[in-house]
Amino acid sequence: MSSDLDVFVGNTTLIDEEVYRLWLDGHSVAEAVARRLRGGVLEREGTSVAVLQSDTRDHYRTFQMLERLLHAPPRLLQQLLFQIPPERQALLIQRYYAFDEALARELLGKKLSKGTKKELDEVSARTGVGIRSCRRQFDNFKRVFKAVEELRGPLAENIQQLFLLPPALARDYAAIVFFANSRFETGKRRLQFLSFADFAACAQSLMGHWSQGALAPEAAEPDGDLPKSFLQDLKELKVLVADKDLLDQHKSLVCSALRGKISVHNELEANFKALSRALVNVGGKLTHARDVRDFFVDLVEKVIEPCRSDKWSPGDLRLFLTHYTAAPRNLPGFRHQALWERYMAAISACLLRMYHD
Amino acid sequence: MGTMRTVPDFSVVRSGHEVQIPEQVSVPWQGLHRAVSRAPTIPGPAPAGRGGAAPRMRSGAAAAPRHRRGGAAAAAPAGAAGGGGGRRGRKKMPGKLKVKIVAGRHLPVMDRASDLTDAFVEVKFGNTTFKTDVYPKSLNPQWNSEWFKFEVDDEELQDEPLQITVLDHDTYSANDAIGKVYIDIDPLLYSEAATVISGWFPIYDTIHGIRGEINVVVKVDLFNDLNRFRQSSCGVKFFCTTSIPKCYRAVVIHGFVEELVVNEDPEYQWIDRIRTPRASNEARQRLISLMSGELQRKIGLKVLEMRGNAVVGYLQCFDLEGESGLVVRAIGTACTLDKLSNTSAFLPACNSPSKEMKEIPFNEDPNPNTYSSGPSTPLKNQTYSFSPSKSYSRQSSSSDTDLSLTPKTGMGSGSAGKEGGPFKTLLRQQTQSALEQREFPFFTLTTFPPGFLLHVGGVVSARSVKLLDRIHNPAFVGIMGNTRSYKLLDWNSFNSDEPETRDAWWAEIRQEIKSHAKALGCHAVVGYSESTSICEEVCILSASGTAAVLNPRFLQDGTMEGCLEQRLSWQPGFFSIGSEKGEVDFFPQSQDSSSLLGIEEASPPGCGFCHIPYDELNMPFPAHLTYCYNCRKQKVPDVLFTTIDLPVEAIVVGKGCLIQARLCRLKKKAQAEANATSISNLLPFMEYEVHTQLMNKLKLRGMNALFGLRIQITVGENMLMGLASATGVYLAALPTPGGIQIAGKTPNDGTYEQHISHMQKKINDTIAKNKELYEINPPELPEEIIGSPIPEPRQRSRLLRSQSESSDEVTELDLSHGKKDAFVLEIDDTDAMEDVHSLLTDVPPPSGFYSCNTEIMPGINNWTPEIQMFTAVRVSRLSNINPTNQTLNKNFNDLCENLLKSLYFKLRSMVPCCLCHVNFTVALPEDELVQIAVTAVAITYDKNQALQANKAPTEKSQQRASTDNEEQLQFPLELCSDPLSSQPFSPAKEVLEGASSHTGIPAAQRATSVDYSSFADRCNSWIELIKLKAQTIRRGSIKTTTSLEKASPLAEGYLRHRSVPSCTNSTVSVVKMTPLSFLPGAKITKYLGIINMFFIRETTSLREEGGVSGFLHAFIAEVFAMVRAHVAALGGNAVVSYIMKQCVFMENPNKNQAQCLINVSGDAVIFVRESELEMLPVQPSAAAPQHTSSAGDVTT
Repeated sequence: MSSDLDVFVGNTTLIDEEVYRLWLDGHSVAEAVARRLRGGVLEREGTSVAVLQSDTRDHYRTFQMLERLLHAPPRLLQQLLFQIPPERQALLIQRYYAFDEALARELLGKKLSKGTKKELDEVSARTGVGIRSCRRQFDNFKRVFKAVEELRGPLAENIQQLFLLPPALARDYAAIVFFANSRFETGKRRLQFLSFADFAACAQSLMGHWSQGALAPEAAEPDGDLPKSFLQDLKELKVLVADKDLLDQHKSLVCSALRGKISVHNELEANFKALSRALVNVGGKLTHARDVRDFFVDLVEKVIEPCRSDKWSPGDLRLFLTHYTAAPRNLPGFRHQALWERYMAAISACLLRMYHD
Repeated sequence: MGTMRTVPDFSVVRSGHEVQIPEQVSVPWQGLHRAVSRAPTIPGPAPAGRGGAAPRMRSGAAAAPRHRRGGAAAAAPAGAAGGGGGRRGRKKMPGKLKVKIVAGRHLPVMDRASDLTDAFVEVKFGNTTFKTDVYPKSLNPQWNSEWFKFEVDDEELQDEPLQITVLDHDTYSANDAIGKVYIDIDPLLYSEAATVISGWFPIYDTIHGIRGEINVVVKVDLFNDLNRFRQSSCGVKFFCTTSIPKCYRAVVIHGFVEELVVNEDPEYQWIDRIRTPRASNEARQRLISLMSGELQRKIGLKVLEMRGNAVVGYLQCFDLEGESGLVVRAIGTACTLDKLSNTSAFLPACNSPSKEMKEIPFNEDPNPNTYSSGPSTPLKNQTYSFSPSKSYSRQSSSSDTDLSLTPKTGMGSGSAGKEGGPFKTLLRQQTQSALEQREFPFFTLTTFPPGFLLHVGGVVSARSVKLLDRIHNPAFVGIMGNTRSYKLLDWNSFNSDEPETRDAWWAEIRQEIKSHAKALGCHAVVGYSESTSICEEVCILSASGTAAVLNPRFLQDGTMEGCLEQRLSWQPGFFSIGSEKGEVDFFPQSQDSSSLLGIEEASPPGCGFCHIPYDELNMPFPAHLTYCYNCRKQKVPDVLFTTIDLPVEAIVVGKGCLIQARLCRLKKKAQAEANATSISNLLPFMEYEVHTQLMNKLKLRGMNALFGLRIQITVGENMLMGLASATGVYLAALPTPGGIQIAGKTPNDGTYEQHISHMQKKINDTIAKNKELYEINPPELPEEIIGSPIPEPRQRSRLLRSQSESSDEVTELDLSHGKKDAFVLEIDDTDAMEDVHSLLTDVPPPSGFYSCNTEIMPGINNWTPEIQMFTAVRVSRLSNINPTNQTLNKNFNDLCENLLKSLYFKLRSMVPCCLCHVNFTVALPEDELVQIAVTAVAITYDKNQALQANKAPTEKSQQRASTDNEEQLQFPLELCSDPLSSQPFSPAKEVLEGASSHTGIPAAQRATSVDYSSFADRCNSWIELIKLKAQTIRRGSIKTTTSLEKASPLAEGYLRHRSVPSCTNSTVSVVKMTPLSFLPGAKITKYLGIINMFFIRETTSLREEGGVSGFLHAFIAEVFAMVRAHVAALGGNAVVSYIMKQCVFMENPNKNQAQCLINVSGDAVIFVRESELEMLPVQPSAAAPQHTSSAGDVTT
């Protein structure tokens, strides 16, 4: 006797968190049942495999029907088809949009296109995230990207509003969108030591300090793009390294301020000019999309790696950056103090975040 | 012209023949003895019984063709017009229906090119249609239309649904329909219900399901003033609830109303061959909607004729007879209801008696007459109603010697029994007169006001097998089209005998039921219901109910106005009828009133209904009678089967449980008459076996009574299925059930013997286990009452018995009692063997779960407000190639058990909880397919039983304000609310207390309602003794509180804690649904109208929609969503008495198609959490208005 049709519908939609997790992880019904069996439900509840199968199928059907609504979370709240308590709705949305950082790390800075989607098989193999789950997460990234691409205002807030995500998750998505938009290179071998969280923090700093939204709330450009005028202005900063006098003064100001305060003073004196050039030029190149991509590569290659080889401690770097940023205030003839500080605030934050093994 | 010819008509009627049935079996079972007899081929005129008492409305003008109703045809039917001045509003009630289309959202993309939709809306009522402008290129159109106004009459308002169609404008081709919304505007026609329907409705399409939502506002303006309108036929209120709805009181319960309307089924019309499935489905939905409206209106007219103003227990069903048509029929109980005034309905005091008490001092003019003039506050009634009983209770030991059995008088039970005789006769005569003029003294109610139900005789049922005539005749295919189209055009004017045929069928069955009831010495049938099962051209009509003797007072018309005395004494009863379940406590028990009125039989409240109504010397069937274990005065049967809910006052031991009997019987495939004959032949055997199974399972659980019994016989192509569900309980009044003994026929065989003894052991073990599980410990030795001067019950019963030995008849009975273990199952053949096996296969629910099919679970009362209503549907294929009855039975049994198991697993997070109102429906859609649909509600309960400590302090201070005089007055009154206290020193009381300390529902209930701790405080020393007693009761109740709404203070605090987050913060208002008539921890403050919805869903892409399961899952979810949306639009936040009456599922996997029809109904209500009620200020004057507003808030 086989059951052809077997459904259970509650007035309040039943959500089993365990099954939801299994579904999100992309397991088939059979796999999910097997996993639940291993979890020992049978012993705990004294039920049968058939019951477990039927239950799992019910939940899967519910989730499949819910998925359409989860693609536009505000609809989940407005829809009439499923009566779900608000805290459950929040849970559904949050879990649906939660992602594996390993996967997100792989996809950071990549174009969220069909081509990338095709490569997910490899990504899945590398990260150990099930392929179905990979696809779902990729689609989430893409959906969020598409939705906020053209919107003005702070990216994270837009995402939070459109997808009703918790603030932290919305910020992570903002980072993903930011990276996808600027197409930063993150896959290079020398960047491998950086985690998703590092990049996300960097993205926040960059958006926080550089984007238009950071200055004027009624910004004309979407937050995901760095404002063109700002990037253009950054060229003005080149004077700090191009003008020999300024460079020397800058060096002496910083070095004297740091004397006795950092352990790597000699190395600083030796490398100051190279460091300063690297730090200023990173910004100067940002007007070209191609160079934008290398932003993190440059930071690592030209700042972090030299410092690391000289055994700078993070504290040393922090002190250096503080004084390096502050010093130009006292440089005669340097008129871009505000721009400089805005630029360096983000750069410093990124470097400090990235400066680890 | 009739499309139906009544072919030989196989009516199963009761015969006087003795059927060989174990004697105990037959006690509660009346419909059992039956044989098949042939009814006349051609239906004669309506049975004589129909007479002039209830002229068929359809012969009047009311039956005028609906589509021509606009004209003079709408004049009031003669019968109703004669009703007097009060009915004037019925003549014609012009009104204006106003509709505004506000906006849409989440519409589907209709234009692939732009990914957008150019939507507009058509609003249709009757023959008038309005259109909104096209809102171009949007999935969230904002039409914000003008008010569309329809000028209509009330009849149209009642029949027609408002039809809203959302379309996509297309310049070049025909506009595409997106979907529709049907809105039943009936709720706007009751003055007390909703005033506006406003909200988001799912846009529904029968092919695509829900496609976005539309925001609509609907109002009705009537040209007449409201007062007059209230009297019009529109004002008749309908309730699905099978008890007197909360916040109403029943002035009179008039009785049975029924009606049916017949039509062609559009699905089977010739035109269906050329139209799209969508058009066909919509025609069907619309037709059924119209027919429901018409049916409701016609029943409303009957109610008005009976001078009622409401129908309670309204049950409407469809019979899809296929080719031969569509029958929509309804039954209900006409009542005159009075709305409890807002003050009383909203008073927090209603929840706690102690609060009510303390308010008494504030009543400046405690004159009974204030009741009739002023708003009815329950406090006043209560005070006065109890005053007579107070004095009564003081002298109870002397005054009711003749009525109650006290050891002092040494009255033997025999004499008591004899004494009961004349009373019974008197009562019967009265009831007789009250019910005599009624054609069918039937009541669809399952729960009754206390005092209404005097005795219960047992289940009465009748079935009849009918052949639906098929006009399908291959030779006349061409003509058929014409005939049908003619009918389609003229479908109301035909006065063919079609409806009469169906009417006659039902009338016949009802007559049979009535005669069964008579045979049981009963004049009424309660818990009455009707159902059909159709397979091809065969139809089984079934009716069942519980034979009962009722208190005539509730049935009499017009007495209330005249007799103040009576009114006074009964008012509280009415109050309690209309109020929450727990409040029945305030009802003065029958002894009190009987002493006042001197006409009523004195039956103790907790057991009176168990006492046999029939004459023991002239019993309609062999039965074992004993003296009631509770009162020792009257005879009771050893088992009691009923279709009603457990009366609140019933004294129950332990908890109840769901008991099901399941049965399959193969039947040869046959045509027409041969088929009907073979079904008729099978039916009695099935009934007998179902009954045996029920009885065995009941005994296996150590219980002695069944409530809510519902037996469904389903007919299929090649088999019959029987499924009986009921809730088993142990009634303290009935004797302990004997065990089950099995005996073989071949005693010489050693191994066989061994096998038998093994089985016997298993059975005995199971019984013992069940007794433990359901906490069935009948009060053997009530040690709690040590040192009491009253002899303990055992002694007394022994006393009784020894006395009764002097009387012949009792000796006889005693013998029967002695062999109570003699329920013998002879396993002489494989069948019986299988029976025994199947007995043991039922697995008890996992720990933390209880289940029942009644409204309340006996033995559990501390419900928490968390509920989960659900519908589960399973279709299974019986794969046996050569099925036998045994394998089929096993399959069916497994199917049901697995389904239950599955439910328990699904709801495991709610433990501890109880599945209430578990309602199984079986269908046999195809040859080897069995479909089971279950709807039930899981309610959590608090395992840590509630104490009632924290309310006391605040009350103390208030209570001190009351004068001594009042204290003295109130105290005994409170005691009187406990029925025991009317005879405080009689042994019966001790029995009860003993019982309550174990389980006793009612005693516990009373204890919770009467705040003993507070009144004990008020007590002076002169009451010390009783105080002690009271505390004993309270202590007993702490373990065992039972009542429902009556969450004790602690539980309420707990609820408040839990309920807060659930309702807030959502953009969609939460609508609770429950098959029960109440919501735990909440108070229903308003009934908004009946919800009766019918939907069809069809798909031609079954696989793409997730197969049959995906399809049905989505559809059921959609149905829930549409019900919730309608309730929310009415301003409600819950549906009570929800029922899925029909779920017809058909599939054709080869064509990738499926179709499903679902019919649901319920009552839309507004409820307020008890915890919210409590937060309101205590002053009643302030509380009432505030509360009203807060109730409004809840719904928005």
